[in-house]
Amino acid sequence: MNTLIIISVLPIVLLYLGLYKAQKALLPVTIVGMLVALGAAVMQWNDNAQPIYHGMMLFNNFSIAFSVVSIISTILILMLSKGYFEKISSHIAEYYAIILFSLVGIVVMVSYHNLTMLFVGIEIMSVSLYILAGIRKNDFASNESALKYFLMGAFSTGFLLFGITLIYGASGSFDLDGIRDYVLSHSHNIDPIFYTGVLLIIVGLCFKVGAAPFHFWTPDVYEGAPSLITAYMSTVVKAAGFAAFLRLFSASFSSIAAFWSPVLMVITIITLFIGNITALYQQSFKRMLAFSSISHAGYLMFAIVALGAASANAVFVYATAYSIASIIAFGALVLVRQQTGSDNVDGFNGLARKNPFLAFVLTVSMLSLAGIPLTAGFIGKFYMFSGALLQYKYIMVIVAVVNAIISIFYYFRVIIAMYFRSAERSEVLIPAYYKFVLGFSALVTIAIGVYPALISSLI
Amino acid sequence: MQSQTVANAIQAVPLNHYILLSAIIFSIGVMGVLLRRNAIVIFMSVELMLNSVNLLLTAFSVYRGDAAGQVFVFFIMALAAAEVAVGLAIIVMIYRNTNSIDINVLNRLKW
Repeated sequence: MNTLIIISVLPIVLLYLGLYKAQKALLPVTIVGMLVALGAAVMQWNDNAQPIYHGMMLFNNFSIAFSVVSIISTILILMLSKGYFEKISSHIAEYYAIILFSLVGIVVMVSYHNLTMLFVGIEIMSVSLYILAGIRKNDFASNESALKYFLMGAFSTGFLLFGITLIYGASGSFDLDGIRDYVLSHSHNIDPIFYTGVLLIIVGLCFKVGAAPFHFWTPDVYEGAPSLITAYMSTVVKAAGFAAFLRLFSASFSSIAAFWSPVLMVITIITLFIGNITALYQQSFKRMLAFSSISHAGYLMFAIVALGAASANAVFVYATAYSIASIIAFGALVLVRQQTGSDNVDGFNGLARKNPFLAFVLTVSMLSLAGIPLTAGFIGKFYMFSGALLQYKYIMVIVAVVNAIISIFYYFRVIIAMYFRSAERSEVLIPAYYKFVLGFSALVTIAIGVYPALISSLI
Repeated sequence: MQSQTVANAIQAVPLNHYILLSAIIFSIGVMGVLLRRNAIVIFMSVELMLNSVNLLLTAFSVYRGDAAGQVFVFFIMALAAAEVAVGLAIIVMIYRNTNSIDINVLNRLKW
């Protein structure tokens, strides 16, 4: 649990560094601190975890794996932010601090063992994100994105809380084990308000992870927020949301799966179609990535609908693959946007001739997001679909494969623009930090794709 | 003894009435969020939703003789306060840029 303490103290240190004008030290201190937190998390691997803090938290392998992925993704995004926040304002320490505060919420979200901590974790994360989305104070799009995110986030918290309350009313406990024991011991006479509570929690969590029909805030918020904040929201935050979702449903509600699984199945299918078909029409690369993140939420739901022993691992592999590929895509977007000044897909025309490296890593990322073999995205989809097939959910898998084919169309549009369209353009300058992050992410994507045993049997 | 009388007073009303009242307040909040166009009023409706949850938690907690529900209420109050601080700051920021807090002006990004 030292991870949580280190990540909580680090932003306070950063705020002091900002106070004493040590701007140069911010990024190194952040990265060193995060690596220490990462080490502290890895040290507890296979430690035979017991609930701690009076049963509030359980830092088991599941939490460690998701904390590690969240921390690594955050480090990569923070490295991309070198020189990025300086352009927005002069108070840089606050950006790092708020991002780390939201990471605290994420670590709580993936290691809760009591619904109180689920709520507290989600709120710590969300309140920080409301600020981050609106951090460009004079930019209208950023303002609008912050307000929409804030109103929708607070609204969905209301549903989540009402659901938690009804479950407490029926079972008399906020503890995940207590709720599970209630469900098991009352299997024939569960209070109807318990079922209502489960449905309201589904609504609340679907809002948070951006699954249709509760997705409508996602494209606007993702488009209006600064690109790197969008990268953070669509990778780390989404993965953590699904980890929290899965933890609750596998720990407490698994024995009443017959009740909620059809609901989630409908949500999954709607999410896949809405995400993919709307993404086809987008001209803006950033907005396309927003819709693609909705469709990936649909794929991630598979593991929860087809709940089984392998679900945690499937979500882990998929979330890792998706996060890394998205970081490349957003990194490339930031670079191209600095040159062309627009988010449009046309901005990528002819990129391959001047910047072969950037075009190559972006191609790897698009292939991984589309789920082409030999990339991490394929392995993620493979685990998702095989988990669903094991439970004979054929219709879902057929729908998902159709959607995977639709998604190839819009991902390949970017690749075609880079390699087969020509445009007058000068070379995009790639700073060393970007080269490292993009190269590292592309390497990991291919490594997992070629040799999935690296991460496939961790949890 | 004081706490005993409060618990007795709360238990004088049947539990179902609390559930019904909270559900009604919660629905009013939801309708407020969906129908009103003023950001502050939407915000107040969200608070209404949270407070209906607080009421219900307290009622459940008293009926079960379990303090956990009331402790949860404190968490909700604290985090709602944090949310208010950030939310009002965002609304002020919007007002400075547009001179309006009507959410209909928020249409630069297409829904």
